[in-house]
Amino acid sequence: MSIQTPEAPTTLPPTAAPDTANRSRRSVFVRRPFFTIALIVAVAYLVAAIFAPQVAPFDPVQQDFNVMMQPPTVGHLFGTDSYGQDILSRVIYGARFALIIGIFAVLIGAAGGLVIGLAAGLSGGGSEWALMRLIDAILALPSLILAVAFIAILGQGVDKVVIAVGLSMIGPFARTVRGDVLQVRVQLFIEAAQLMSIPYLRVVWRHVLPNVIFPLAVQVTIRISEAILVSSSLSFLGIGVTPPTPDWGLMIAEGRDFVSFAPWMSAMPGFALALLLIALTIVGDGIREEFDPKLRKDP
Amino acid sequence: MLLQALGKIAQTLVVLFFVSVASFGLLKLAPGDPIQIMLGSEYSQESYDSLKTELGLDQPFLVQYADWAVRFVQGDWGTSYVARAEIFTYAFKEALPVTLTLASFSLAFAILIGVPLGVLSAVKKDTIFDAGSAVLALTGTAFPSFLLGILLIWFFAVKLQLFPVMGYVSPWENFWLGIYHMILPGLTLSTYFIAMITRLTRATLIEVMEQPYITAARARGEPSWRVVWVHGVRNIAMPLVTILGLQLGVLLQGTVLTETVFNLPGIGQMLTSAVLGREYLVVQAGVMMTAALFIGVNLLVDLSYPFLDPRLRARK
Amino acid sequence: MTERMTDMALPPVLTLRDLTVHRGAAKILDRVNLSLGQGETLALVGESGAGKSTIAVAIMRLLGTAKVAGTIELAGEGDLLALTERQMVKLRGQRLSMIFQDAGAALNPSYTVGRQLSTTLRRTQGLSTAEARKRAIELFTSVGINDPEGRMSAFPHQLSGGMQQRVMVAIALAGSPDLLLADEPTSALDVTIQAQIVRLILTLTRERGASCIFVLHDLALASQSCDRIAVLYAGQVVESGPAHDVLEHHRHPYTQQLKSCVLEIGTKTLTAPEGTVPSHAQMPPGCRFSTRCPRALPRCAGEAPPLVPLRATAAGPLDHHIACWNPE
Repeated sequence: MSIQTPEAPTTLPPTAAPDTANRSRRSVFVRRPFFTIALIVAVAYLVAAIFAPQVAPFDPVQQDFNVMMQPPTVGHLFGTDSYGQDILSRVIYGARFALIIGIFAVLIGAAGGLVIGLAAGLSGGGSEWALMRLIDAILALPSLILAVAFIAILGQGVDKVVIAVGLSMIGPFARTVRGDVLQVRVQLFIEAAQLMSIPYLRVVWRHVLPNVIFPLAVQVTIRISEAILVSSSLSFLGIGVTPPTPDWGLMIAEGRDFVSFAPWMSAMPGFALALLLIALTIVGDGIREEFDPKLRKDP
Repeated sequence: MLLQALGKIAQTLVVLFFVSVASFGLLKLAPGDPIQIMLGSEYSQESYDSLKTELGLDQPFLVQYADWAVRFVQGDWGTSYVARAEIFTYAFKEALPVTLTLASFSLAFAILIGVPLGVLSAVKKDTIFDAGSAVLALTGTAFPSFLLGILLIWFFAVKLQLFPVMGYVSPWENFWLGIYHMILPGLTLSTYFIAMITRLTRATLIEVMEQPYITAARARGEPSWRVVWVHGVRNIAMPLVTILGLQLGVLLQGTVLTETVFNLPGIGQMLTSAVLGREYLVVQAGVMMTAALFIGVNLLVDLSYPFLDPRLRARK
Repeated sequence: MTERMTDMALPPVLTLRDLTVHRGAAKILDRVNLSLGQGETLALVGESGAGKSTIAVAIMRLLGTAKVAGTIELAGEGDLLALTERQMVKLRGQRLSMIFQDAGAALNPSYTVGRQLSTTLRRTQGLSTAEARKRAIELFTSVGINDPEGRMSAFPHQLSGGMQQRVMVAIALAGSPDLLLADEPTSALDVTIQAQIVRLILTLTRERGASCIFVLHDLALASQSCDRIAVLYAGQVVESGPAHDVLEHHRHPYTQQLKSCVLEIGTKTLTAPEGTVPSHAQMPPGCRFSTRCPRALPRCAGEAPPLVPLRATAAGPLDHHIACWNPE
């Protein structure tokens, strides 16, 4: 069985990368208004995450049993939860955890995918076939299920979630990297370098890697939203980060039990998560369409 | 063609083998010594060694794996302490039917809503309807399903009191009540797929509608509904089935979340409670079942191509 | 432009008056006037991009988003452009039908050829499933498909190009149309089969007394097979008349160039007429051919020549029109 990507692997011919900046067309931001808005939203989340202590009105884990489960008021714009913690502050700190987990997990996944993908793409023969079947096997498990399995071994906590989500994303990265390597491998300059008996590792370092890294970087930005979704799913299932960490998934899960009389407990972190995911998806789509020559309509 | 099919089946078996090795390895990596756990706090070195030999844990990894694989294939999956049942019976007779019911219900929902929506968007290309469905489709693919589930519960079950808040009734035992309980979970899980199928149907149908055979069908006087639904939609079946097969993983991981939101006793609940209870055997069983389902369905998709597209059948 | 062919024995089946087609800013067809008698065959000849196929597709009203002006009069139906889509659907396949350039692409790959023919028969003739099958096998036999019963269950890709085009012909004839539009029906086929298919279409339409418009780029083939020829250049009719006259006594310099191309193919030096058709943005306001014309006069580029009948002479007939300021 072979598993193919629904989306085309993002690849660029070696010359295209520096060119894109020079294209004398209207700026991306003018051509893609939705992309621009989504990017502003994403940057706003990033700013809120970095300056959370300055922005948040309360300590995210400060419990106040006098104001439990209050609906949104002027004092607590997003209301309070069942421990009297300020939801707005927890949502703002939550952006911190979401982005940290998302970015680091994707980096782990990309690094692992790079190694396996390079090995599969460069080895050839029987070991390439075996590595491909290994990638197929990883891809046979959806990332959340894989992450659940890793969590089962690693245990819970922010660092464990980062590792589990990162490992679970290796499969798709490995597949893209291998695809890119195959494209480079058939190009003439690789053969020429081999004919000139340049050491193999140096060919990989100088010629293969640069052609793989750029599309990989595009993939990384696209998949951050997936990593955030998987990590918050883990927390929602109750097996990710542990309370009282201000994690959106955890907050949504806590609010679920009170949905009939305190719907804001789930809704506020939920909309924070949904908005970020939608923004990141639009940003990702935009980046893919801008940088993937196969998707670009007007060359 | 038969040879091709056999080749695909062989490749599938190899992938399954890799998955099984990995999930067996998972068990080995799990923290804690199984013998210590079984013997309790007080034991002698002799009883430890004899149990180790008895369980075959002194054998090399591959022998242990082979031993495990044989037992696994025979359905001897061990016992779950939390569920107080044979894992095999528990997983197959209790959890899997719930998950499959939810998954197939959502898939049916997604196809019945997504395909017509996509066809309409394609036919009404570049109208307000098309733009509106594009926005909905984007939101639908990015919106976290578990949040949607909670919102649906809040609105339909709590505010309007139209549907039960949670719980599972098997449609095999009480069909209508089962369906009734499946509507909110099904809607939750299918939203992503409705959105995805709408986008895919629109894109592929627009391409198909530019083919000469569509103009030719119009030219021989086929009414437009027939041109779209008979000549157009028939030719998007293959890309649609391919993507659905590849996205089955998303469906399966969606069931895990949806089951938690609606308290449905499926594979997802089995997995999460196993993780919390540190029942590695159950986690392993869940992983194996998910992978086998995904691999099996994609094999079926591969094998179905000649039926979906006559051009892939051998020439006469 | 005001004078039209008048010496027609029968009232025309189809009359095009000032048919103009715009796609965006580009004028693909420019005031095309043509008429076609009962049982007559007309060839539309010209280079690719001349608008020959556009005329056929415009008559079927299948141009999609393109803007169509003028009138297309079909005997008994009035102006086709004034009909609703629903009325048009009834005419397609019954009074008008079309054979396409590439039969392989014009047959739906997902259905058997037998099914595609039978559904057309059932709809246009109101036949039952069994009757339609019987009639389909007869039609397959009449278009020269061997083992017609076996071929009923074949998918398009299982047939050769020639066989595919025979199936298209059968489907086009299923509703016994009065007018058959054949859009370069042989361009995707081997040379040896081309003549067979053209002959087949002509025989079958003549047997049924139907009229036929053939879109071709080969002037010689057109003159051999059709009653009349209209030569198109860049969306305009530049010369039209009886086939023999257009081939032998042509007066337009472009027809001359087309003809010499054909002759050169005979001597194995295949060349297109010199130069290229100007793009729609650069089209001269006058005669569109003036940029490539060896006989161009100063007035040609600025002033468009109307399509006028040649004066009746002892040698020349009446029904021969050209649009040229400096005819040969």
